Amino acid sequence: MILNQISVMIGGEAGAGIARSGFLFAKTCMRGGLHVFGTNDYQSLIRGGHNFYIVRADAEEIYSQADTIDLLLALNQETILLHRNELTHGGGIIYDGEEVELSEDEMGINNVRLYPVPLKSMVKELEARPIMRNTVALGAAIGLLNFDLKIFNGIIKDTFKEEIAKINIAAAKMGFDYACDFSRDQFIGDFEYHLKKTKGSRKKHLFIAGNEAVGLGAIQAGCKFYSAYPMTPATPILHFLAEHERDYGMIVIHAESEISAINMVAGASYAGVRAMTATSGGGFCLMTEGLGMTGMTETPVVIVLTQRTGPSTGLPTYTSQGDLRFAIHASQGEFPRVVIAPGDMEECFYKTMEAFNLAEKYQIPAIIITDKFLAESYSSVKSFDLNRIGIDRGLLSTQLEYAGKEAYQRHKLTGDGISLRIMPGTKGAIVRTNADEHDESGYTTEDPALTVEMADKRFKKLNALIKDLENYETTKFFGPKEAEVTILGWGSTKGPIREAMKLLNKEESRSNYLQILCLCPFPVANVQGVLDSAKLTVVVENNRTSQLSGLIRENLLRDVDHKILKYDGRQFNPQDLSQKIQEVL
Amino acid sequence: MVTLEDLRTPKKNTWCPGCGNFGILRAFTSALVQLGVEKDQVVIVSGIGCHGKMVNYVDVNGFHGIHGRVLPLATGIELTKPSLTVVGFAGDADCYDEGWGHFSHAIRRNIDMTLIVHDNMVLGLTTGQTTATSQKGFKTKSTPHGSIASPLNPVMHALVSNGTFVARGYSGDVKHLTSLIVEAIKHEGFSFIDVFQPCVTFNYLNTFDWYKARVYKLQEEGHDVTDRQMALKKSMEWGERIPIGIFYQEESPSYRESLPQIKDINLTETSIENIDIDPILQSMT
Ligand SMILES: Cc1ncc(C[n+]2csc(CCOP(=O)(O)OP(=O)(O)O)c2C)c(N)n1
Ligand code: SF4
Ligand SMILES: [Mg+2]
Repeated sequence: MILNQISVMIGGEAGAGIARSGFLFAKTCMRGGLHVFGTNDYQSLIRGGHNFYIVRADAEEIYSQADTIDLLLALNQETILLHRNELTHGGGIIYDGEEVELSEDEMGINNVRLYPVPLKSMVKELEARPIMRNTVALGAAIGLLNFDLKIFNGIIKDTFKEEIAKINIAAAKMGFDYACDFSRDQFIGDFEYHLKKTKGSRKKHLFIAGNEAVGLGAIQAGCKFYSAYPMTPATPILHFLAEHERDYGMIVIHAESEISAINMVAGASYAGVRAMTATSGGGFCLMTEGLGMTGMTETPVVIVLTQRTGPSTGLPTYTSQGDLRFAIHASQGEFPRVVIAPGDMEECFYKTMEAFNLAEKYQIPAIIITDKFLAESYSSVKSFDLNRIGIDRGLLSTQLEYAGKEAYQRHKLTGDGISLRIMPGTKGAIVRTNADEHDESGYTTEDPALTVEMADKRFKKLNALIKDLENYETTKFFGPKEAEVTILGWGSTKGPIREAMKLLNKEESRSNYLQILCLCPFPVANVQGVLDSAKLTVVVENNRTSQLSGLIRENLLRDVDHKILKYDGRQFNPQDLSQKIQEVL
Repeated sequence: MVTLEDLRTPKKNTWCPGCGNFGILRAFTSALVQLGVEKDQVVIVSGIGCHGKMVNYVDVNGFHGIHGRVLPLATGIELTKPSLTVVGFAGDADCYDEGWGHFSHAIRRNIDMTLIVHDNMVLGLTTGQTTATSQKGFKTKSTPHGSIASPLNPVMHALVSNGTFVARGYSGDVKHLTSLIVEAIKHEGFSFIDVFQPCVTFNYLNTFDWYKARVYKLQEEGHDVTDRQMALKKSMEWGERIPIGIFYQEESPSYRESLPQIKDINLTETSIENIDIDPILQSMT
């Protein structure tokens, strides 16, 4: 028996409620005390096409999906044909036996258990909508796994209104009973995988997606204005914040374009509130002029760039790390910015809070760069520590009256380049800023000496920022100090890398890993330190040109030994990645 | 109370002598004086063009933004700090070419601000090319054979976008323009004034004399500002006689008034310490 260690896939047509079912199953595992990771795969269409959701659950801590599937809930035949080769030996398929005829011979693989369940007929019997087939299948899976249906029912009750909850609970019970019967009569002890509630079920965990963690971080950081235009995979942040705007006294506005969004956000920030927008590559292209304006006018904003596969529209619903250089260099001219790449859901929360602090302290744009894999995957995490990151608004005066002796100047030249920021509407002060080069009072200038002084002022802030970043976690190191290979990565590759390390380091300490969280300004000293003691280096990235290797070259004047790159729109799988690393050893 | 003297800035004015922009500057500052507002409670936002220099010439809070984006920038300011009087100054290319997409949206949202468009029917600062409001056949360096497209009608567009205050002024009649700006600022919701602003350097067609011979005041001819149909009809009048004044005005809740969590609160004054996200965390367990 394999207890509390499973990878389950739910697959079917788009529009069949696949993601929702995956979510419910994953949460059931989490409440049962297991660590859970859930990730979805869907195409850019609304109906038809093929969707699937993978839930991995384990008694141990896990960081990503697995390479293979132990139990497949197939809501149509296509799902089986597409994924049969990913099944483990001894894996099982729950499917509608009245709709799909399957034999091991036909499937071309053996050692797979077939569990036909009359999903459609049961839904008919219940007089429920066809989409309820999912719930029947989930019930059957829970039965087959010898798991606890009560936990599932609890989640249904928390998720749906009473009427809908009732029918879902009935549907799940039907599937559950059928499977239990099934196991008794025909397949006693046949399926090796079992799930059992653990002691962990008493601890409070969250089941959260990267996008939600970013949104939650923004709320906690006191973001009061969010404007965005829908674009996958950033859209869920808009949905999340819009749902909560009234409870948290914030304004969420669905703008007419990303150009509008970034300018609205700049206006709100100039007025004095914390403000954020989020988009993906195409929308970020439209924001670039506005981004430069925030740099020039020293208006703090937070921009979330959730990458997807490019160039252009590319693969709208798939993942990539192709926009790193773009984030660092976007917009004309030169101005300081900070680019932060969280690698998991917890970092999405804490780093978003930090981004607001950094943006305001240095009066610069802060870019949070994530990707589809991180943004839309879910994982179970320890509930957040709400006191870890405080609120630091830097040199912002919230006084209603200006007390200074001299007339207020928004862009006053100072030792560290940071000028006192006050809100327009403060009595006795005029707050003037300007996207044209300007003097200390914000009036337009074309004077060459002043142009230099102002550019230098903005870059003095960069020096201060670099110094301050020593107090922040700009890199994280994992694994043994000494290892055969040092892996370098940023962003969402963190999960698969940590899983691959589990495999590599099983017997001996073969690998360690440096995660780079702050990509701009680049944490030179930290990376240098690790590279100095590394025997062999390998960069792991979801792009074609290894942009991180380029950054290392640029900042440290050295090359990495190997690059493992994946740019098919899909994240790395742990086993596959560990093999690739093995190959370079 | 603010005086004209208070509103002056030390910046040297760089508009061409005789430019229609001077009339708008005078009308705006006079309107502020008439309204008796405090200058630190006014924010002006401008785009890029000759008109954009307004931020340099009026001593109130100001954000000189980028080309075409006056409206979203001003929207962000107005929504978060409603106690401010927010006035946008855009050019015709700025608002009707580069920023056209924002125009209808700001109007239909009924953002509580005033937009003044310096409509000189030419790109001034880039040395005189054709804009969205240039007359058909208008010859410039970018259209040496004459502009082919027909001009947009901003007033009509504002009316069909459900504008709640739609007006047109003429910078050659400062007194009238001043009164329009006063009414526009007083209006709750989005106030739009398209201002005929002769560009004495690049617009050889729509000159002060050209306008003087044509403009007449709607309010002197008993126009009913509550009649949108009639306003639309008037907005199409072009040629021998061209109307200026308020075309249409109605009371309608502004965008902000429809946000129960905001209403008249300055979000800038709400505390952001100790925000309790626990209810959301609970829903994720
Ligand atoms: C994105 C962008 N495109 C082009 C320009 C160049 N440019 C500067 S001013 C201007 C237009 C000015 O015309 P208008 O808005 O009518 O203002 P005016 O000078 O007539 O007052 C343009 C296109 C710019 N600054 N930014
Ligand atoms: S170019 Fe035209 S609009 Fe610009 S300042 Fe001169 S006259 Fe005025
Ligand atoms: Mg113009």
